[in-house]
Amino acid sequence: MKILVCVSVVPDTTTKITFTDNDTQFNKAGVQFIINPYDELALTRALEITEKNGGSVSIITVGEADTDPVIRKALAIGAADAIRVDVEPKDGMFVAAQIAEQAKQGGFDLVLTGRESIDYNGGQVAGLVAEMMNVTLINVAMELDAEGNTITATRDIDGGRETLSCNTPCVVSAQKDLCEPRIPNMRGIMMARSKPLNVVEAVDKFNYTSFDSYELPPAKGGVQMIDAENAEELMDLLHNEKKLF
Amino acid sequence: MAVLVFAESDNGKYKKSSFEAVSYGKDLATQLGTSCFAITIGNKGSENLGKYGADKEFNVSGDAFESFNSQTYAKAISEVASSNDVDTIVISQTYSGKSVAPLVAVKTNSALVTGVVDMIDTSDGFKVKKTCFSSKAFSTVSVNHSNRAITLIPNSYQINEAGSDAEQVATNTAVTSSDIDAKIEATNKETGKIALTEAELVVSAGRGLKGPENWTMVEELAGVLGAATACSKPVSDMEWRPHSEHVGQTGITIKPNLYIAAGISGAIQHLAGVGSSKVICVINTDPEAPFFKAADYGIVGDAFEVLPKLIKRAKEIKGIA
Ligand SMILES: Cc1cc2nc3c(=O)[nH]c(=O)nc-3n(C[C@H](O)[C@H](O)[C@H](O)COP(=O)(O)OP(=O)(O)OC[C@H]3O[C@@H](n4cnc5c(N)ncnc54)[C@H](O)[C@@H]3O)c2cc1C
Ligand SMILES: Nc1ncnc2c1ncn2[C@@H]1O[C@H](COP(=O)(O)O)[C@@H](O)[C@H]1O
Repeated sequence: MKILVCVSVVPDTTTKITFTDNDTQFNKAGVQFIINPYDELALTRALEITEKNGGSVSIITVGEADTDPVIRKALAIGAADAIRVDVEPKDGMFVAAQIAEQAKQGGFDLVLTGRESIDYNGGQVAGLVAEMMNVTLINVAMELDAEGNTITATRDIDGGRETLSCNTPCVVSAQKDLCEPRIPNMRGIMMARSKPLNVVEAVDKFNYTSFDSYELPPAKGGVQMIDAENAEELMDLLHNEKKLF
Repeated sequence: MAVLVFAESDNGKYKKSSFEAVSYGKDLATQLGTSCFAITIGNKGSENLGKYGADKEFNVSGDAFESFNSQTYAKAISEVASSNDVDTIVISQTYSGKSVAPLVAVKTNSALVTGVVDMIDTSDGFKVKKTCFSSKAFSTVSVNHSNRAITLIPNSYQINEAGSDAEQVATNTAVTSSDIDAKIEATNKETGKIALTEAELVVSAGRGLKGPENWTMVEELAGVLGAATACSKPVSDMEWRPHSEHVGQTGITIKPNLYIAAGISGAIQHLAGVGSSKVICVINTDPEAPFFKAADYGIVGDAFEVLPKLIKRAKEIKGIA
């Protein structure tokens, strides 16, 4: 099975988010960039599947040269090779068109993404790629198995879970519980240096959306403390003043 | 030109978020000077969506729609959109909505904006406010394309009930059961519980509760208030509570009107999933716990003493013996 894992490069989860240029740009100063946590799960599960059933795992990132160190980290975890589409990712549709093109050219059986990227939180790319490739989408899977050309996955639905099966080629997006993410070891890091990282040009596609400006959530008005002795008062406030129940 | 809202049902009942989406669609349509259509698929709820502002309701049914499948649902929505001159599609950001929206966007060649939290500014173009950086910030996104699809986060828009009955249109589509592209092998629904993503009130607890046996207090308070229960990541990792209750950056993002957190420190990754709740109450023994900075009400105290007091008072207010 040939698996392509989509890797988005995002700010570390503990990053304090600030903006520059009159709140039109994300402030990258001092920010550490990492593999999107869900993509790390997708990558680990892809490796587990190919180790069991045979096949290969490639990764793809749509991004400029500054993403290379993070791509090398994904190679160190175990992917065989990487594709980088050399363009700044701006719109989910644009990114998906790049990935769909490479996935078609490479003849992949299974494309894995994360549930969402933790920076722009589109949760879009998996579905867009699936539809552009005209293949099945299984969204937000926390269990994933492959047997021959059948994929079985368990995913979240509103108020519960369901288990689905479909044939390859298909696209699955990963969420927590899929597996324990692998951490690169020394040998992996050494080997990653010489693995192929193929830089390709973007296919032409219009950006339908643009991120114009950013704002932080309004500051809270400050916390009103209630003495633990009179904790009951909280319920009175929520009932009488806030009318919440 | 028109606005089309996908009004999602679950087993013959509309989700509350569907009413929010129709109310939103109506206000957007008014702003754009067009009509607001609703589409229902499969076993729909019993209300007439005109009440929430729909001008017309397209009711799609058939073998292909007995249970949710992203491909057949996306085909139906796209077909109705294309044959009714729709240029703006509104979908609630539920699990189903999130799966269907990207497929619809490609089929209808629409720009897609997800995570929408507010009404669109159409005074100069089409400007949409959405969450980003795991709810740590918002962005204003411009759409530079004539067709667009958006997904609206539940609990972001006020339900409006001022409308009158909408015309019901039984709608045939070309979608058949052979379009179903994934087979459902098993479904496991937690019945009788309030779904966390839909809940208006949530009672949550963390590692400070020491062990799963102490959740009876959490469940009791939630039960009295009519709230859903949630937990922090370590709590679901240790399997004190089911995975489906885990909120935060790697869990579910929620936006209830009330979030009560007992014995949760308020790590940045936890706040990413709950920080946009309207009223946050924090109970923690440590006055320095970071969660207090994000709270509206705070109690420095032991959850084992505070929660029983809250339960007692809530019961008195509700008149429960
Ligand atoms: C990549 C990544 C993703 C993550 N994603 C998430 C996520 O999605 N959701 C999430 O929740 N976490 C997430 N975390 C973990 C997060 O950083 C914290 O470790 C976690 O939220 C802490 O959970 P907690 O507050 O329950 O436990 P603790 O940090 O152990 O805090 C327990 C709190 O309870 C208080 N306490 C103790 N006893 C009592 C008592 N008797 N009464 C009242 N209070 C008491 C303590 O003062 C303390 O503040 C993530 C971490 C990483 C690195
Ligand atoms: N620039 C990118 N390059 C490669 N994969 C991406 C990129 N952006 C998003 N993805 C993939 O799509 C998933 C969902 O991203 P998003 O739709 O942006 O929330 C991510 O978890 C990645 O797997």
